[in-house]
Amino acid sequence: MNSSVITFPGSNCDRDMDVALKKFGFKNKMVWHDDLELPKSDLVVLPGGFSYGDYLRCGSMASKSKIMKSVLNFAQGGGKVMGVCNGFQILVEAGLLPGVLLRNKYLEFICKNVFVKVNNKDNSYFKGIKKDTLEFHIAHNEGNYFCSKEQIKEIDDNNQIALFYSNEDGNINEENNPNGSIKSIAGIFNKEKNILGMMPHPERMIDAALSGEDGSVFFENLINNLR
Amino acid sequence: MVVNEQIAIDHGLKKDEYKKICDLLKRVPNITELGIFSAMWNEHCSYKSSRFHLKNLPTKGKNVIQGPGENAGIIDIGDDDAIVFKIESHNHPSFIEPYQGAATGVGGIMRDVFTMGARPIANLNSIHFGSPQNKKTKNLLRGVVHGIGGYGNCMGVPTIAGQTSFDESYNGNILVNAMTLGLVKKNKIFYSKAAGLGKPVIYVGSKTGRDGIHGASMASASFDDKIEEKKPTVQVGDPFTEKLLLEACLELMAGDSIIAIQDMGAAGLTSSSIEMASKGNLGIEINLNMVPCREAKMTPYEIMLSESQERMLIVLENGKEELAKKIFDKWNLDFAVIGKTTKSKKIELYFDKEKVADIPVNTLVANSPMYDRKWKKAKLPKKIKIEKEHFKTLKVINVLLKILSNPNICSKEWIWQQYDHTVMGDTIQKPGGDAGVVRIHGTNKAVAASVDSSAVYCWAHPLSGGKQIVCESWRNLISVGAKPIAITNCLNFGSPENQENMGEFVECVQGLGEASLYLDFPVVSGNVSFYNQTKDIGIKPTPAIGGVGLISNYKNMVTMDLKETGNILLTIGKTEGHLDQSLFARDILNEKNGPPPKINLFNEKNNGETILKLIDKKLIKAAHDVSLGGIITALSKMCIKGKKGVTLKKPNYLINKFEYLFGEDQGRYIIEISKDDLENVTKTLQENSVHFDELGTINENDLIIDNKTKVSIDDLIKSHTTWLTNYMSK
Repeated sequence: MNSSVITFPGSNCDRDMDVALKKFGFKNKMVWHDDLELPKSDLVVLPGGFSYGDYLRCGSMASKSKIMKSVLNFAQGGGKVMGVCNGFQILVEAGLLPGVLLRNKYLEFICKNVFVKVNNKDNSYFKGIKKDTLEFHIAHNEGNYFCSKEQIKEIDDNNQIALFYSNEDGNINEENNPNGSIKSIAGIFNKEKNILGMMPHPERMIDAALSGEDGSVFFENLINNLR
Repeated sequence: MVVNEQIAIDHGLKKDEYKKICDLLKRVPNITELGIFSAMWNEHCSYKSSRFHLKNLPTKGKNVIQGPGENAGIIDIGDDDAIVFKIESHNHPSFIEPYQGAATGVGGIMRDVFTMGARPIANLNSIHFGSPQNKKTKNLLRGVVHGIGGYGNCMGVPTIAGQTSFDESYNGNILVNAMTLGLVKKNKIFYSKAAGLGKPVIYVGSKTGRDGIHGASMASASFDDKIEEKKPTVQVGDPFTEKLLLEACLELMAGDSIIAIQDMGAAGLTSSSIEMASKGNLGIEINLNMVPCREAKMTPYEIMLSESQERMLIVLENGKEELAKKIFDKWNLDFAVIGKTTKSKKIELYFDKEKVADIPVNTLVANSPMYDRKWKKAKLPKKIKIEKEHFKTLKVINVLLKILSNPNICSKEWIWQQYDHTVMGDTIQKPGGDAGVVRIHGTNKAVAASVDSSAVYCWAHPLSGGKQIVCESWRNLISVGAKPIAITNCLNFGSPENQENMGEFVECVQGLGEASLYLDFPVVSGNVSFYNQTKDIGIKPTPAIGGVGLISNYKNMVTMDLKETGNILLTIGKTEGHLDQSLFARDILNEKNGPPPKINLFNEKNNGETILKLIDKKLIKAAHDVSLGGIITALSKMCIKGKKGVTLKKPNYLINKFEYLFGEDQGRYIIEISKDDLENVTKTLQENSVHFDELGTINENDLIIDNKTKVSIDDLIKSHTTWLTNYMSK
């Protein structure tokens, strides 16, 4: 399986994502934002970080990078594109996913472990995943997902919600919503489910010595689904 | 403008210093030259009041690759890997403008580390604020935390540990000390020593603006009523540019183009060019028209004294300019050849084809003032006898809950949750433990780091306080299973011109040196911050120590959370019940007199090394050092982290209950061991002549002190975790 991780100026989880993808068997290539062509890929990942310093709006300038044209073409042709954290923000700014990511409810950066409930397993990202709730890690200042009433209805109708923030048992409530996201949304798909954006970082949970191993569960399942 | 004595005094120079400048130059300096002298000779850059004493610190050791005098210290951690680290203060700017002050402090220290070729792998910080009741405290705390997070998070470097304290002596002068660890291959270390003649001098990074002019001079003076006017001296940080600068520098460093490199920190282009010339014993010629400027019509004076951030000065090999420029173009950073090295041993500056400064380098560096300032022993608080009669009205649990919610003890999660502490994917011990630990990427090795200070002890007895902080740093590293290797220090004091403040400095440094020599825990880098003073009132002496240790197999790392019901807890080190200057005396009895606990360096070393032996044999399940708040506070934290209880054993010698539980005798740890290992552990402890007591046994839910006194872990958690969050949300 070939994957590509795009490095924008200011990306800082690009290496971590590279390490994670390789650990679970992807042949990963790093792609510079100024390149025009994507290498042959089964999965394209937009990593976390502060692309362009998050100036203007998070993800906004990166969404206009040269490489994004190829990413857009790739995605529109059904290619798998995953954006994590800042990558999610870029996908939203690029119009590949609906909605926006606002500043966290308490206006503070949050770095901690959270639980997310998998809402939709009928797609290549979560099909057959062994767990219903996963312990992931979040680290963001703008992860408060928001969209209009019409959009949320559409997202719901098309079963586009990928992940909810929840407690360990999968209960969804305001207490376990770390950033004020509408409906506790932690990740969403496009209509076709080939594009996934999520705030939590699975790549930080791939080793028992780190914060946990549910990232391993995610990546192992992902590569199996793509094979 | 013709320079005269008054202008020199306005630049922070003393009359005799101005006379010395005129004598050295054999003429009156022009305004640009005066600016350069004032920048190089201020306390912050010249260490003129501290050098005399710092030279006595032990700085050598078998693992030391680079001691003080470079951008940062370097230690060997085996397999060609080395750790570059340093701590630095950004106190004055952070009080004036907390967000930018703290942010640029973090940016500055990271630049010091990557200037040497190292990729930063961990950040730490030590921050000190006035009393929580002081009306400025909350905003300063919020601003500083946002600033540290804003910069470090964007850089993608995890903030793995830190220390926060509150004390009324910081009401008018907060402290913000930032520390960075970087990883480098031993044969790829870069230094600031220029070499070779006619080599191009390159400016890279952000453009030069008018921000931060005289920042270093501002940080070399006390505050008065007009500090608001000093806001323009605070630099403005741009972590995005620094991230690009980091990547671009490391990319260039992978090749062999660089002869010398130096970041533009305090006193900007002035100190970076002069340091490179001075270390290389040669001259540098700069055409100031070539310096990329952000604003129009900047004068030579402004260009030389700007402290705009995210800039580097590089001496390149001839012919490598194009290659280097390509890299900086790729990262969208300015790149300009601004001068060359010369044999003149002078700094020669040109602007609009005129020579605007011509100063022999040695007059700025070798001839810079050094003072053996007059000092006197600080007046120690009077000795007292704590009347145990008072204790009769106290209930242990109430006292414990109060201490756990004390601002200096309580959980600082509100702070460190705002710092990205897991980016880079190697943080194996997060903030909130004895030390932060990061793995060396792709290996089994890990480095532990901790930052500590004990201003109250240093104030009550500077000599033993100085020793204590080194020992505390040592203990924190031991507690996670790391072998302590070296330290960096950030010496925060009041005015050196006040003899008592100077006395505190001299004695603290003496104590620090004695302990670090004894423990073979040398000082490899550091920073001095004087004039933490508003009008006549200085802060409590606050030397902060950043300690670094090595864990050769990360799987042997130890944490403080209690692991298993039924396991036994031992107290390592003797409990004598020293209450003077303890948190109990100060917070509960409101008693601020008496000496701090004594330091026994033999016991510190012996206890620590023996614990490492036990850890090597995998006999220790959890460990925590005993410090502020005594045994019961340390134990409560272990209970809270592990969500387990403990049933205490009655001590087998006569000692007052409060002294036993809350005394702050030094050199102690609490360790958890399995019942089956008791004999084995006891044997090792006895063979090494280590004093130990059986403290208790782990249970499921409660901290049981005796059959009449118990408290649930949930109540401990509540007391420990709510104070700061409540305080900040009010």
